[in-house]
Amino acid sequence: MEKYIYNAGFGRILEKVKAGQRLSFDEGRQLYNSTDILALGYLATIVRNRLNGDNTYFIYNQHINYSNICTNLCKFCAFGREKGSDLAYEMSVEEVKQKVRDRLDEPITEVHMVGGIHPDLPFEYYLELLRGIKEVRPELHIQAFTCVEIAHLAGLAGKSIEETLNLLMGAGLGSLPGGGAEVFSPRIRELTCEKKLSGREWLDIAQIAHRTGLNTNATMLYGHIETIEERLEHLEALREAQDKTNGFLAFIPLSFHPNNTGLSDLVRTTGVDDLKNVAVARLFLDNFPHIKAYWVMIGPQMAQLALSFGADDMDGTVKEEVITHMAGAETEQAIGSTTLVRLIKETGRIPVQRDTLYNVIEVHN
Amino acid sequence: MQLETIFANVSAGRRINDAEYLMLEKEADLHQLGFLANGIRQAKHPEGLVTYVIDRNINYTDICISACKFCAFFKAPEDETGYLISFEELKEKISETQDLGGTQILLQGGLHPGQTLEYYEEMVRSMRATGIHVHGFSPPEICHFAEISGLSVKRVLERLIASGLGSIPGGGAEILSNRVRQLTAPRKCTADQWLEVMEEAHNLGLRTTATMMFGHVETKEERLEHLRRLRQLQDRTHGFTAFIPWPFQPGNSVLTDIEKTTSYAYLRMVALSRIYLDNFDNIQASWVTQGAKVAQISLSFGANDFGSTMIEENVVAAAGVSFRLSEKEIRRLVTDAGYTPAQRYMDYTLVA
Repeated sequence: MEKYIYNAGFGRILEKVKAGQRLSFDEGRQLYNSTDILALGYLATIVRNRLNGDNTYFIYNQHINYSNICTNLCKFCAFGREKGSDLAYEMSVEEVKQKVRDRLDEPITEVHMVGGIHPDLPFEYYLELLRGIKEVRPELHIQAFTCVEIAHLAGLAGKSIEETLNLLMGAGLGSLPGGGAEVFSPRIRELTCEKKLSGREWLDIAQIAHRTGLNTNATMLYGHIETIEERLEHLEALREAQDKTNGFLAFIPLSFHPNNTGLSDLVRTTGVDDLKNVAVARLFLDNFPHIKAYWVMIGPQMAQLALSFGADDMDGTVKEEVITHMAGAETEQAIGSTTLVRLIKETGRIPVQRDTLYNVIEVHN
Repeated sequence: MQLETIFANVSAGRRINDAEYLMLEKEADLHQLGFLANGIRQAKHPEGLVTYVIDRNINYTDICISACKFCAFFKAPEDETGYLISFEELKEKISETQDLGGTQILLQGGLHPGQTLEYYEEMVRSMRATGIHVHGFSPPEICHFAEISGLSVKRVLERLIASGLGSIPGGGAEILSNRVRQLTAPRKCTADQWLEVMEEAHNLGLRTTATMMFGHVETKEERLEHLRRLRQLQDRTHGFTAFIPWPFQPGNSVLTDIEKTTSYAYLRMVALSRIYLDNFDNIQASWVTQGAKVAQISLSFGANDFGSTMIEENVVAAAGVSFRLSEKEIRRLVTDAGYTPAQRYMDYTLVA
């Protein structure tokens, strides 16, 4: 099959990938500019197999979006609402606790909790959220608050990022999700989310989190107005940050969903673009242990295919996913672990139920 | 036998035998099947076109005496909610299709117990008067017409051709294995009858397509049997224009407890078909069952045709699956995958 890769013009990249050498920006561009997804999948699978073998991870988790009230109102977002507007909501700490209580009979190991940049909830509310969840279910790992929220919370607390993270960790925070990264390029942020934390600040906060002992994820929202160069700059910035702190667990490419957003005249991403972003990420981010195919975004069908294009993680069972579904995602809100196991097994890989930090809970042989 | 030998043979353009098919099915990974199928596709279509047809799927009746277990569309004759559309309505649908640049009608329906062959002849004549190409009546319907008229399949075909029938769709093939048909569609025409209709049609100069509905109770050997019988017939007649594999959609059928075929299994089947059916020019992607994204990916696994814009689709929709694609969107998907989109007719000649 290598002959095919050479014929496709990827001989040099194949050699580097096999030798474990880092790909350059230009090589990343060559990959992105190609429509030969078979070659991309083949190359990405070399890296995936080296790093993760046949292991393909999923987690039993619960999503909670405590509020969609947001002062940022990014153009690509269908979730955020101004305070007082229709469909705006915020949950009390008691409501969040109840959501956790409602599912005590399920083998959930992680709560994934993010929300908008709320104009007037106090810092204490966020601490109470964490404490409340831990009170109901102490063994849960809480992955909560993107770097964007952390910056906001530090402002509320009037403390440094590090001190703020320490307070949150004291209340039960276990790790940070990868959201809010969008595309780091100042041009893109100016055009789509000018009120949001800058790319530089996002990266700084992620690295402070790593140094404070928190693992985090990283994302990229692709398929709107960004160029291939801007995608690669984004990946390169993540790769550099990871070289310094090694705290990122997974990279999650997020496909843009235009419905009900300020960019609703744009079209949805294609299957080729979805798989390409998985494959290029796996090839370019050589220091990221995991690439996640987030089925909520691209659907279980494409997520299953992504496993042959570099992804080694299908995220979780998820319930009550709101953010993507408000942008018109047609995917289910939950798929059972049985379905995840079946999808993974069918591709010839080994389904591994993991916890947040990729400790193995159960291998489904 | 080694996988590598098979790869070399396929790359050299040699036909694979059944044992080789089964070995690929068992041992080749998704990338390997993709590389092989894509190589064949490139050799057959070096110009890099991906074609599609603008047509409308008209199901003239849902009343059917066949009651297949995998079908969510049919109504039993005694069920009063069943429909039979009027010729007037047919003409309106055709006129709307022509306004959208459509060139053909895919005409299929249930096996209605109460109509005569003359009725269907009249139906085709009235459609043909509009100038549209009638791609109609799958083999189970032709067999049904033979039964109700007491005429031979050949005679039925001759009369329909005389009325203006342009080609025959490959539906109702399901799995061409008598065991599978006995289990899922015992009242439908047999595998032999299906093939006989197609052979007669080809001999009379009609082009047809061939389908396979997989992912229910069939074994991998039975899928192979299906492909083998199609390849053998194609060797004799060269009348098939395209092969269209699609997975069974369990929603609302009697077989709802069967798990839906995944995208991964679908791509493997597309690729295996492309590799085995060396005498078929075209393999169609099934966006109707797979959605736009997976259908687009299948273009790298042997498919070179995006099927139809399906201005109207009722059968898969009845199983709870509803994807919609405009011509513009099909063109965008094809271009994004690195190919050139081109509108075609039923016989795969291009629309100028």
